[in-house]
Amino acid sequence: MFPRTSQNPRPAPRSRAGGGPRTVGSPGAPDAPGGGGPAAAPHAFPAPRVGRRAEGAWGWLFVSPMVLILGLFLVLPILMALWVSLLNWDGQSNPFSGQAEFVGLDNYRGLLTQDGLDRTLFATSLRNNLYYVLLTVPLQTILALTLALIVNQRMLRGRSALRTAFFFPSVTSSIAVSTIFLFLFQGSGAVNTVLSWIGVKGPNWFNDSRGVLSLLLGGLGIVDTSHPTGALADHSFMGLSWFEWLSGPSVAMCTIILLAVWTTSGTFMLIFLAALQDIPRELEEAAAIEGVSRFQLLRYVTLPALRPVLFLVLTLGLISTWQVFDQVYVMSQGAPGNTTLTPAFLSYSSAFNDADFGQGAAIAFILLTLILTMTAVQRFLFRERTPRARRNR
Amino acid sequence: MSAKSAAARAQGRHVLGRFPLSLRVLGYATVAALGLLYIVPFVIQLVTAFKTDPDAAAHPLGLIPTTPTTAAYQRLFGLSQDGDGVPFLRWLGNSAFVAVLVTAGRVLFDSMAGYALARLRFPGRTLLFGFVLAVMAVPMVALLIPRFLVLNTFGLFDTYTGMILPLMVDAAGIFIMKQFFESIPREVEEAARVDGAGVFRTFWSIVLPMARPALLTLTILSFQGSWNEFTHFLVATQSSQYETLTTGLARLVSGGLGGGTQYPLKLAAALLATLPVAALFFCFQRYFVQGANAGAVKE
Repeated sequence: MFPRTSQNPRPAPRSRAGGGPRTVGSPGAPDAPGGGGPAAAPHAFPAPRVGRRAEGAWGWLFVSPMVLILGLFLVLPILMALWVSLLNWDGQSNPFSGQAEFVGLDNYRGLLTQDGLDRTLFATSLRNNLYYVLLTVPLQTILALTLALIVNQRMLRGRSALRTAFFFPSVTSSIAVSTIFLFLFQGSGAVNTVLSWIGVKGPNWFNDSRGVLSLLLGGLGIVDTSHPTGALADHSFMGLSWFEWLSGPSVAMCTIILLAVWTTSGTFMLIFLAALQDIPRELEEAAAIEGVSRFQLLRYVTLPALRPVLFLVLTLGLISTWQVFDQVYVMSQGAPGNTTLTPAFLSYSSAFNDADFGQGAAIAFILLTLILTMTAVQRFLFRERTPRARRNR
Repeated sequence: MSAKSAAARAQGRHVLGRFPLSLRVLGYATVAALGLLYIVPFVIQLVTAFKTDPDAAAHPLGLIPTTPTTAAYQRLFGLSQDGDGVPFLRWLGNSAFVAVLVTAGRVLFDSMAGYALARLRFPGRTLLFGFVLAVMAVPMVALLIPRFLVLNTFGLFDTYTGMILPLMVDAAGIFIMKQFFESIPREVEEAARVDGAGVFRTFWSIVLPMARPALLTLTILSFQGSWNEFTHFLVATQSSQYETLTTGLARLVSGGLGGGTQYPLKLAAALLATLPVAALFFCFQRYFVQGANAGAVKE
């Protein structure tokens, strides 16, 4: 069969997801929109009996469950929430009957520009999540890469058992895993017991709202943490003083960061591992003949070959870390001192605990915009040379 | 997996030969420590679930319960008369019911949509595929309030329909199926069509049976996803009769079900909630691996 002429200049994204062999007979062309006009090239085979019109009807019939469900439970809700974010609605009346007060952009103003408790809380949640992202993304990436390099060692005994162990936390329920971490990080729990063996008195993890950066600076005597003065205390941004912005993630937040790193590293390890196994062996052999050391091989051959995947893992991490919710819900509900509050949880609690659905919806939209922007940027950057495309060359 | 790298692995030697002995010992020690870091939390969970409350509090690291007890399990399964029983069996039943229906829906609807997007020519197909890609970018946490609004408006809030129906289609699954159907040689279908089979016959009796590996991946990922689903059930329900293992456990853990730390009870419930997915994982690990790698391309 001949490849069809495609109206779509971009090849369809490829994947080995199904595990099936890609055959020569279907060179990415099926993405061609055959719907209108002369795109359908003459077949090398006798024409199918089913007419064009009938096939169109079948096509719509096949996608109708998807269109209905995604339309009703994804597109429509987003539009409804956009409307509610412009209301002052307490969740009682019908928000679409005009009973709830229309307040325009007030909910957004209250979160972003107007001085007040709402803005302070929102700024706090942004700060917390920012630190969460700044710590989780590099840590999980480095750990995942390390695990992948270990599991990829051809002479390591028991590497498939190790791979299973590293990956297992990723497939379990976030709620169940959070329960385990709550137990491990109790004041007199397992982690603090281990710390006491090496003479460290562990903190009371989930009740400790002190920021680790301010603890560090205070410990070095640079800043008086109980009475911050000077520029740090005098200046503020979005209702939080510079000191509060710079105090770092709280000790409680650090446990959630550790949990995230522990659970997600396995998934990213597999992505690295797939890329490692696709590095041509000749490349490594050529380097070995040149007499490079192990470190040089890693630094000048392996890591450069992994660069696209490294970038992919970093951006996937950036996108997913702005969505942290389950762990916060189970482990801390934003406490202590709002230091584990994240925008996602604030959106939920504004609506369902404080009955301020307008504000909750507004936060959800700000978060949605942030995440969609990052995804769009990522897809733009990956549009040509995706790691898969490189491999399929 | 290219034949080349398979051969390289069969060859089984690092290009630079073995590590020196000292490094190897150090390496194995580090690797063992890392492995323990991933296993020990689950071991502690397993052991603690057989401890008494005071024992768990006093010896959080003890690997052998001082007074082994199955009290936690008896309470979970309603065998003890211990007052505030946790409705664990209800949670289990709800989770199983919802997960089975959601999985069935996803397998059917995702493969239908994936097949149409891969093979059938109809107006709007390119646009619809763009829509699927866009939907995959929408994060669930931004849908908490929107989902509640729509369920509430349609009178589906706090019903099984509201829990199940919105999850019955997922864009990532459609994407996986579309990719797979595109890899099947077109000739097979065309031969069937020439023999007089209609579109649905071709799909049902020819294409779907060929798609067994992809369907198995989709089944496993869907079951795991709906078994572990939390946020949707959190905003779709409020009565305890609709609680699943995730929402029920979350309420138990965050203190909604009586005082005390009750860690053996909580950890036992978490353990039992993990078991089905764990069993699937150990039997079908390679499908989970495929899912993780599909996740890398889907974005």
